[in-house]
Amino acid sequence: MSEITLVRVQAAEQMIWSRRRMALTALMVGLIAAFAASLALGSVSIPLGDILTILRGGEGARASWTTIVMDFRLPKALTAALAGAALSVSGLLMQTLFRNPLADPYVLGISSGASLGVALVVLVTASAGVSLFSGLTLIGDAGLIVAASGGAALVMAVVALIARRVRQTMTLLIIGLMIGYMTGSLVSILMHFSIPDRIQAYVNWTFGTFGSVTWTQMPLFAVAILLGLLTAALVAKPLNAFLLGEAYARSMGVDVRRARIAILAAAAILAGAVTAFCGPIGFLGVAVPHLCRILLGTSDHRYLLPATAVLGAGLALIADVIAQVPGAQVVLPLNAITALIGAPIVLWVILSRRNLRETFSA
Amino acid sequence: MSLPVVLKAEALSIGYSKKVIAPRLDLTLAAGELVCLLGQNGAGKSTLIRTLAGMQSPLNGRVLLMGDDVRRLDARTLAQRLSIVLTERVDVGALTVYDLVALGRYPYTDWTSRLQPDDQAAVVRALEAVGALDLAYRPVGELSDGERQKAMIARALAQEPALIILDEPTAFLDLPRRAEIMFLLRDLARASGRAILLSTHDLDLALRTADRVWLLAQGTLSDGAPEDLVLSGAFASAFQNEGVVFNTSEGAFHVERPQRTPIRLVGEGLQRVWTARALERAGYAVVDTSPDWVEVGAGVDGVRYRSLHGGSVRDYDTIYALIAGLRG
Repeated sequence: MSEITLVRVQAAEQMIWSRRRMALTALMVGLIAAFAASLALGSVSIPLGDILTILRGGEGARASWTTIVMDFRLPKALTAALAGAALSVSGLLMQTLFRNPLADPYVLGISSGASLGVALVVLVTASAGVSLFSGLTLIGDAGLIVAASGGAALVMAVVALIARRVRQTMTLLIIGLMIGYMTGSLVSILMHFSIPDRIQAYVNWTFGTFGSVTWTQMPLFAVAILLGLLTAALVAKPLNAFLLGEAYARSMGVDVRRARIAILAAAAILAGAVTAFCGPIGFLGVAVPHLCRILLGTSDHRYLLPATAVLGAGLALIADVIAQVPGAQVVLPLNAITALIGAPIVLWVILSRRNLRETFSA
Repeated sequence: MSLPVVLKAEALSIGYSKKVIAPRLDLTLAAGELVCLLGQNGAGKSTLIRTLAGMQSPLNGRVLLMGDDVRRLDARTLAQRLSIVLTERVDVGALTVYDLVALGRYPYTDWTSRLQPDDQAAVVRALEAVGALDLAYRPVGELSDGERQKAMIARALAQEPALIILDEPTAFLDLPRRAEIMFLLRDLARASGRAILLSTHDLDLALRTADRVWLLAQGTLSDGAPEDLVLSGAFASAFQNEGVVFNTSEGAFHVERPQRTPIRLVGEGLQRVWTARALERAGYAVVDTSPDWVEVGAGVDGVRYRSLHGGSVRDYDTIYALIAGLRG
C-alpha cells in the first residue's frame, strides 16, 4: 500500500466529516429558530426581544406575556422538542433493527401498545378527574410512563419476535396494523365500562398535544427521554453493524442479544414516554430518519442519530406552531399536521422503491 | 515444512437435533490455503460452514480456531480471527464502499467506532487487495453484483482474521465475474497467508483454483487436492445422478445419452476440438473407425466442414450448418 493512497483517503474522509458536521450545524440553527418561533407565535404574537427579557427573569411589555411564555409556551416548546426528538430517534432505531424502511412507533403498533397502557391507567385506575392528568400525582405520572412504556415494550417484543420469522416489509406492517386494531378494541372495551368524563379525557388525549406536560411533570418527562436518547447514542456502533443484518453483526463481534435488548428498550422508553404525555403522534418517527438520510447522504448512525434528534425536534416545533394557527384563536389537532407533513414522505418512500423488501436506505 | 494449522475440527458431527447430516468429521485448514467445499444441494454445505464459523453448535465434537473452541470464544476475539461473507445479498442502506469496509474494523475500534490511523490503513489495504480502491466513495447501492462482492470480501479482509469463510460467494455473479472472484480469492490466500474456505457449485472453477477440495456427499467428506479427488473417483461417485455423468478425463459433467451414433473426425487444432464438442452435444460419439466421417479445416475450395453421412458427401460453412445437415 502506498503512503499517498492512505493520505488521500484520509483527506477525503476528513472532507466528508466536515461536510456532515456543517449539515448538523445547519440543523441546529434551524432547531433554535423553530424553538424561538414556537415561543413567539400563537394566538398572541410576542416580540423576540420581550421573550428574551422574560426568559432572563424580567417582565415583558405586557404582564400577561410573562404568564403566556413561562407557563404555557416554554413547557410546550420543551415538550415538543423532546417529543419530536424521541419519536424520530425511536423510528430510526426500529427502521434499522427491523431492517424496514417504514417502521416507526406508530406504524408498527407500538404507540397502540402505549395507548393500551395509558387507557388502563386513565380509564380504570385514575381518580375521577375531568382532565386526563389532573387526578394524577407524581407517582401517578411515573406510573403513566411505566404503563405506556410497558405497553410499548410488550408490543415491540411481539413485533420483534414475529420480525425474526417474517422478512417481508409489508407483512410486518400488516402485523403492526392488526396489533393496533386489537389494542384499539381492548381500549374500547375498557371505555365501555368507564365513566364519560374519563372517556372524554382519553379521546382528547388521542388527538395528540404537546401542551399537556406541566412544569412539575417536566423533569420526569425530560429524564425519561434523555435516558432513551443516551441509550440510543451508546448503541450507535452496533446499529451500524446491524445495517448488514444480524448474522454479519454477530460475525463482527456484536453481542447481538444485548444490543437488541438495548435498542428495543431505548425505542420503547422513547415511544412510551411521549405517548404517555402527548398521545399517539404519527409520522414523525417514520419521516424524519428518511429526511436525514437524504440530507446527510449516509446511513452511518454516528451522524444519523444526532441529525434525526435535532430535525425531529425542529419539525415537531414547526408542526405545533402550525397547529396553533398563529394570530387566530383556532387550534388544529396536532396529529392532523404531523400526518400532513409525514404521509407524503411515506408515500414517496414507497413509490421510489421498486422492491421494498430489499432496501431501507434513503 | 507444513503451514500452520488455522482451523481444526475434531470428531465433528454436524446437523440438527433430529437429523445428523455428517458424523465424525476430522478436518484441518492451513494458513494460505484456498479450500473449496463442494457438494450437491442438500448435502450439508451450509450446515458445515455454519458449524465451522461457530454460528451453529455441532451435535458432537468441536471446532478449534487457532487452538480455541469457536463456541467458547467471546464475540470480539472470534471476530478478530474469523470473518464471513454470506450468500444473501444484503442492502446496507446509504453507505459508501469505504464505510462498508470500515465496518470490518468493528472488533478493533472503541465504542465510538472512530478509526485510528492503523484502522484506516487496514481499510485501504483491504480495498487495494481486491482492486476496489477506486470504488471507495461509490454508494454500495449503486455497485454491480461483482463490485459489491469485492466490497464484501474487502470488508471481510479488513477484519484481518486468520480465516475467511465464504458461503457461495459466486452464486449471483455472471461467468466472467465468477472466475475473477475465484482467482482473486486464490491470490488473496497466497499473498495474505490467510486461510480461505468457500462453498460453491462452480465445479470447474473450484478444480482450477482450489488448493484443496472438501467434497461432501452422503454424510462423508472426501478431502484432498482436486486432482486427487478426480483420480480417486470421489467426484464421479459424489455427483452420481441419473442422466448426468462426471467425465474423469475432462473434469466436467456430461448429460448421459442412451445411444450415441459413432462418427470419425478428421482434422486438427482448435477447430477440431470445438467440432468434437458440437458432435458430442448433438449425440455423436467421436471414434477412430467409422464409415461416416466429418472433416474440418480442409481448405480445399474454401470448404470448411465436409461430411460423409448416409452415403453422400456434403459441405458446410459453419458448425451449426454441419450439425443441421447431419441431423437432416
